[in-house]
Amino acid sequence: MTTMMRRLLGACALTALAMPAAAETLTIATVNNGDMIRMQQMAEDFTAKNPDITLEWVTLEENILRQRVTTDIATRGGQYDVVTIGNYEVPIWARQGWLMPLDQLPAEYDVEDLLPALRSALSQDGKLYAAPFYGESAMVMYRTDLAEKAGVTISETPTWAELLDAARKMTDKDNEIYGICLRGKAGWGENMAFLSAMANSYGAAWFDKDWKPLLTSDEWKAAATDYVTIMAEAGPPGASSNGFNENLALFQQGKCGIWIDATVAAGFVTNPKESTVADKVGFAQFPNKEGVDNHGNWLWSWNLAVPASTDAPEAAQTFIAWATSKDYTNLVAGKEGWLAAPPGTRASLYENAEYQAAAPFAKLTLQSMNAATPDRPSVQETPYTGGQFVAIPEFQAIGTAVGQQLSAAVAGQVPVDQALTMAQQIAEREMAKAGYPK
Amino acid sequence: MARTVTPARKLTFTILAWGIAGLIFFPILWTVLTSFKTEADAIASPPKFLFFDWTLENYATVQERSPYVRHFLNSIAIALGSTLLGLAVAVPAAWSMAFQPARRTRDVLMWMLSTKMMPAVGVLIPIYLLFRDLGLLDTRSGVIVVLMLMNLPIIVWMLYTYFREIPGEILEAARMDGASLWNEIRHVLLPMALPGIASTMLLNIILAWNEAFWTLNLTTSKAAPLTAFIASYSSPEGLFYAKLSAASTMAIAPILIMGWFSQKQLVRGLTFGAVK
Repeated sequence: MTTMMRRLLGACALTALAMPAAAETLTIATVNNGDMIRMQQMAEDFTAKNPDITLEWVTLEENILRQRVTTDIATRGGQYDVVTIGNYEVPIWARQGWLMPLDQLPAEYDVEDLLPALRSALSQDGKLYAAPFYGESAMVMYRTDLAEKAGVTISETPTWAELLDAARKMTDKDNEIYGICLRGKAGWGENMAFLSAMANSYGAAWFDKDWKPLLTSDEWKAAATDYVTIMAEAGPPGASSNGFNENLALFQQGKCGIWIDATVAAGFVTNPKESTVADKVGFAQFPNKEGVDNHGNWLWSWNLAVPASTDAPEAAQTFIAWATSKDYTNLVAGKEGWLAAPPGTRASLYENAEYQAAAPFAKLTLQSMNAATPDRPSVQETPYTGGQFVAIPEFQAIGTAVGQQLSAAVAGQVPVDQALTMAQQIAEREMAKAGYPK
Repeated sequence: MARTVTPARKLTFTILAWGIAGLIFFPILWTVLTSFKTEADAIASPPKFLFFDWTLENYATVQERSPYVRHFLNSIAIALGSTLLGLAVAVPAAWSMAFQPARRTRDVLMWMLSTKMMPAVGVLIPIYLLFRDLGLLDTRSGVIVVLMLMNLPIIVWMLYTYFREIPGEILEAARMDGASLWNEIRHVLLPMALPGIASTMLLNIILAWNEAFWTLNLTTSKAAPLTAFIASYSSPEGLFYAKLSAASTMAIAPILIMGWFSQKQLVRGLTFGAVK
């Protein structure tokens, strides 16, 4: 071996030893919404603090992401290091052993600051399996000018009777003003999210203690009848195909008197860049039926979790701790203002005077989120947890099939009673197939 | 007896043809127009057709947020790769079925076609597990192989139909002149079937370009084509119609341009043998 060759080899060996530990790449799967996109824009702050971690983003539409991530995690494909999942999936996946517990969060993370309802929904056997990135409940958004014109007052905690009456009075179909806009598009996360919450607030439950479906109960009949009737009397045309986005567009165009949906919508309808009615929106808590102490129990959060199949668990937790921290909230507020801060996860945000001043809906969002009790979704005793969904794997299929029946009722294709009878049969069949009671 | 085409009849058919073409093209035109609107104008009611504040903001946002070039190159590699690989397998298969048919050739052809009738999701998990074990998840080569297999029945069927139009005697003459099997296919069959092969190729490039199930399920980031790029702009909670339209326009533009320039070839190939 020549001297030159020996020197070259030596130099190579020294270079290899002097090199820092190999950089880790985190593949992060997220949904496409304003807060998540903002997180990508803020990620420079994370990579500056963690130069040995590179971030690779995979942004997908919610339903595609759910299917994609479920396939990968169930088969332990190991394609993702951090996944964005809902509070519906967290307890189910944690029980399956698909998620790693978040047990390496730093002390300054302040887990106690997370809203109690969310912390409970994201924990299993006392361990936190996902950290909330943003959270939402549901509330009433209404046009203050139309309410005044119609001579109605909507209280901060309205009952269904009060709200439905207001919707009728605010309707002016000749001028394309519809008293109420509600979800009608079939799907477990579409019309059934709203209808499950509405049924809860009427005192209904999905299943009794023995997992027998209760869709033909008096409470369900009352809720579904009121829903279908008001949609026919005061809803927009084609309501059976309206979801969140369609109703958002209608409300922003000034065509809805009342819209009951996720609290995250409050930020959109009060944004003057997007909404033509930004300065004419009032807020109220999700209604309840007189005498029923339940305001729907709607609780949803998009959370960051670490799949058990990841090969970078420590880096993944470091990222989650950054993205869901108080510092991240301050970073967003500093760069884009308090209105852009991810809502619905930390109590400290709602104690912040600057946030309260920037977000007129802050108080009601917190009130709605704190009113949610996912451990007790209905006033009746139930064997399940949840709220606008039932936290069992079978709910996606059952919810969507039942949603199709009720969407058909809104479209006037079947009477409410028939839709509920069909829904009951579907639910009974699916539950028997899945082997309930377990 | 030849049917006479009166001017009135011709005019009616022309108007009808333009009407149908306009109807088919309208969603694409609307997507392109929406891509130049603000999000507020995109949802305006009544809809704004041409009189709105034209903006390039959506294209700028999309360029800034997503690695378009990477997705584009992946789409090119996947569409071309799967088509060429498919042709390499399908040409010999179609040759044997067209010129050396056996008793069960027809059954084999029908069986191949029947695989297209099964929903793709039915084999997702087995293929995902195979890919995981072979290290093919999120690789271009993995997606190329799967798309080739998915489109193979169509390629074989199309080539088989074209090959059947070619008189067997010509191939026989080449053989009598001492041509080997390879030379017979390479120098006699392929030049004669070129229009058919070209249209098969074009159709398969379009199918592979638009394929969304496998490309979304088997890729993550490195091999993700334009279908994943579009999917990242769709959202059930938040209005992103203008940005989604900009992303869609950027994704369909290349294939639309290719289709425009090759439409004669495509129509000629697709109607090959249809009129005798």
